[in-house]
Amino acid sequence: MSQVKDFETKQFPTWCPGCGNFGIWTAIKNALVEQKLQPHEVVIVFGIGCSGNDASFLNVNGFHGLHGRTIPAATGIKLANHKLKVLALGGDGDGYGIGLGHFIHAMRRNLDITYIVHNNQIYSLTKGQASPTSERGFISKSTPLGAIEIPINPLSLAMDVGATYVARGFTGNVKQLTNLIIGGMQHKGFALIDVLQPCVTYNHYNTFHWYAERVYDLAQEKHNVIDKQQAWLKANEWPKDLLIDESRQDRIPTGLFYQVQKEVYRDEVPALIDQPLVDYPLDNIDIESCLQKLT
Amino acid sequence: MKVKINNFNWKIGGAAGYGILSAGEIFAYSCLRAGLETFAYLEYPSLIKGGHNTYQVWVREDNVQSHSSQIDLLVALDQKTIQDNFSEIIPGGGLIYDLDDRFLENFSCPKKDINCFGIPLQSLAEKAEGQKIMSNVVATAASLALVKMPFDIMVEFIKRALVKKGPIVVEQNIKAAHAGYNYTKEKFVNKFDYELKPRSIKEKRMLINGNEAIALGALKAGMKFYAAYPMTPATSILHYLANQEKNYNLVVKQTEDEIAAINMVIGAGYAGVRSMTATSGGGFALMAEGLGLAGMTETPCVIAVVQRPGPATGLPTWTEQGDLRFVIHAGQGDFPRVVLAPGDPEECFYITFEAFNIAELYQLPVIILTDKYLAEARQTLPFFSQKNLKIDRGVYGKILDNLSEGRLPRYFDANNGVSPRFNPGIPGGVFLANSDEHEVTGLADESTAIRQAMMNKRMRKLQSLKKDIKEPIIVYGSKKADITLVGWGSTKGPILEAIKVLATKKLSVNFVQIKLLEPFPVKDVDNALRQAKHRILIENNFSGQLGGLIREKTGIDITDRLLKYDGRPINPEEIIEHLNTF
Repeated sequence: MSQVKDFETKQFPTWCPGCGNFGIWTAIKNALVEQKLQPHEVVIVFGIGCSGNDASFLNVNGFHGLHGRTIPAATGIKLANHKLKVLALGGDGDGYGIGLGHFIHAMRRNLDITYIVHNNQIYSLTKGQASPTSERGFISKSTPLGAIEIPINPLSLAMDVGATYVARGFTGNVKQLTNLIIGGMQHKGFALIDVLQPCVTYNHYNTFHWYAERVYDLAQEKHNVIDKQQAWLKANEWPKDLLIDESRQDRIPTGLFYQVQKEVYRDEVPALIDQPLVDYPLDNIDIESCLQKLT
Repeated sequence: MKVKINNFNWKIGGAAGYGILSAGEIFAYSCLRAGLETFAYLEYPSLIKGGHNTYQVWVREDNVQSHSSQIDLLVALDQKTIQDNFSEIIPGGGLIYDLDDRFLENFSCPKKDINCFGIPLQSLAEKAEGQKIMSNVVATAASLALVKMPFDIMVEFIKRALVKKGPIVVEQNIKAAHAGYNYTKEKFVNKFDYELKPRSIKEKRMLINGNEAIALGALKAGMKFYAAYPMTPATSILHYLANQEKNYNLVVKQTEDEIAAINMVIGAGYAGVRSMTATSGGGFALMAEGLGLAGMTETPCVIAVVQRPGPATGLPTWTEQGDLRFVIHAGQGDFPRVVLAPGDPEECFYITFEAFNIAELYQLPVIILTDKYLAEARQTLPFFSQKNLKIDRGVYGKILDNLSEGRLPRYFDANNGVSPRFNPGIPGGVFLANSDEHEVTGLADESTAIRQAMMNKRMRKLQSLKKDIKEPIIVYGSKKADITLVGWGSTKGPILEAIKVLATKKLSVNFVQIKLLEPFPVKDVDNALRQAKHRILIENNFSGQLGGLIREKTGIDITDRLLKYDGRPINPEEIIEHLNTF
């Protein structure tokens, strides 16, 4: 039986004290232990950013790739060996900014991977610029006059392009987040778990308390996760297209928004039906019939 | 004039949509079936209908290694072909043109020493229960009749070229072809001084292009994962492999962009699968960061870069060797890579097979650098030998205690730079492939000692791998030749064809082909060039990129240069002309 410490390396996280990443780190370890997984059975692909530094703090098979490219690397790994439990971890800049294209296409493919986005609504490792999820009017080092764009809504976008498990967690509720991660990993198909996470150093607007005052749990409001229309409405409760305003009391739903069972990508690839790609022998492949066709 | 036997250069031209490719392949494969050797070369602009397409087939008894600027029989399906290509016909040669084309019905032959054969291609097709559009096949049959090839030989290839159009269209085309063949035979018998005589050949031979050879080399090497974004002229590798997905248990993935392609390929390589992508310069530009990721994480992968003229979109369907410098330098920081440049389809096959071994033996990206000319031109070759091809997956680490779940020394500082590999998922341990600088298990480490040790370890692989690269250069001809031609990649064919002609003029010429571009084979190149009496650099680019590299690495400055950068491949006649001053 694995224990939480089995999933820790000798390096202790270098995140700022109070960083929301600690909550996600804890929830991931808990989720792996609760699923009775061994470190070697899991591959986590990490993005670049504060969350990506988790690569050196989690004791699993890791792939710490390029900024914004977690999803393609995870795709290659999953298609090469679908027996591996594959998770991808990144931030809002990584996944919804530079990597947005991959994010959308991965959901179209319904790959059987779990994608956890550390969404702190700011670029932190580069020391405080607006991110794709920053609210309109958000003041940062790169937007001293306020961000002009409206924020991306990752949950409604995900439902639109075929994600089959769409959830939002909050680092202030590790128990809920752990269950969402377990649910995502048990789900056959692409699971998006957007995690609200305060950046204590650079985001002085979306603080722990700011989130805590606004979040509520969908599970306690009899939300029906198979009702896509209802899920869509819930996803659009927040973020809003409105100018940033601290006095506005938005309600932010968390929990599982939507889940549906569909064929995953692998089901439709002939080579992957019987065995993982990595298990095919390579010796004695005969190309004679191909040569014959060129005569 | 004396009849020329089995030395015939045929070219058909017409707008896109006229079936120039189909006609060319029918003609070329008919000649292959007749036991002759051919080189088949297609030119087309970047559009779907209209424009000007040509397909050239040079047919001989000896191995034909390039196209030529001199045509024996031109087939003009439209007026533009005559405008553009008539001047390429040599004295004694001929022209077939379409009497039914409204711009050509009053055409009269502008040169006395060229035989012009006006044939009502469209009406012959219609009379034979075919359609006007079949004039390409009628003209191809007429060509075969002119050179006295038997008709039946082409029937199989008409079927193959048009199978997707259904049996009725195939049957109509065969009838139309027959009509064209009979018309020409009756009307123009013995009016053309060329003949193609079928030969009986026991050896199994094929007509293959560079892209097909790369795809086959990858299949044979056990490549299981291929991800790519369509980009001319690399796309046909994607098409070929997609067609083989079921037969060879592959995953072939068309991605959203080249960034995704390279990162998927690296992901699959990390998981232990032989994986590959192919693209052209523009797509490779998007892959540059991924290339460094493969270098840093020491993940094996193979990338075929099929060049076309840049910069930017450039000339999408034409050829150039302008990306040599880009490919050997792409990516931030120093990391080891191997760049191999095959010169013909045969080398494409064997080099691709070897590329997968080198990628895994040394855990690095291997680039196969070709171009549009090599990718799409077809050459007659004996079947590739599968006998001596051995797959070598390199050194795998041993798990000493499969219960410990400890961290694996994936980046162990080995003497030759090659750390034993592990696949993720084996009981007993884990490791991290990290784009950040890292210690032996992959955890981030920015200490000076680790940085230096890891950089040295990675770069040492370049020294270790040299022993495993067969033939980094090849010298053709006498080492004591008066003139030494120097080139790489697809200019090999035109250079060797030129040398055949120069030999008849008693010029002593040899050719140094450089196949390994990175790590550069400094000693071999220095040995081959230092003593040369007169060196001539031949490249299909503006700046003489190989020449610059040779100067940088050996100090040898090749001042006599034949450079071509108009999007068209160098032909043997241009090389011969360049040497005419000797």
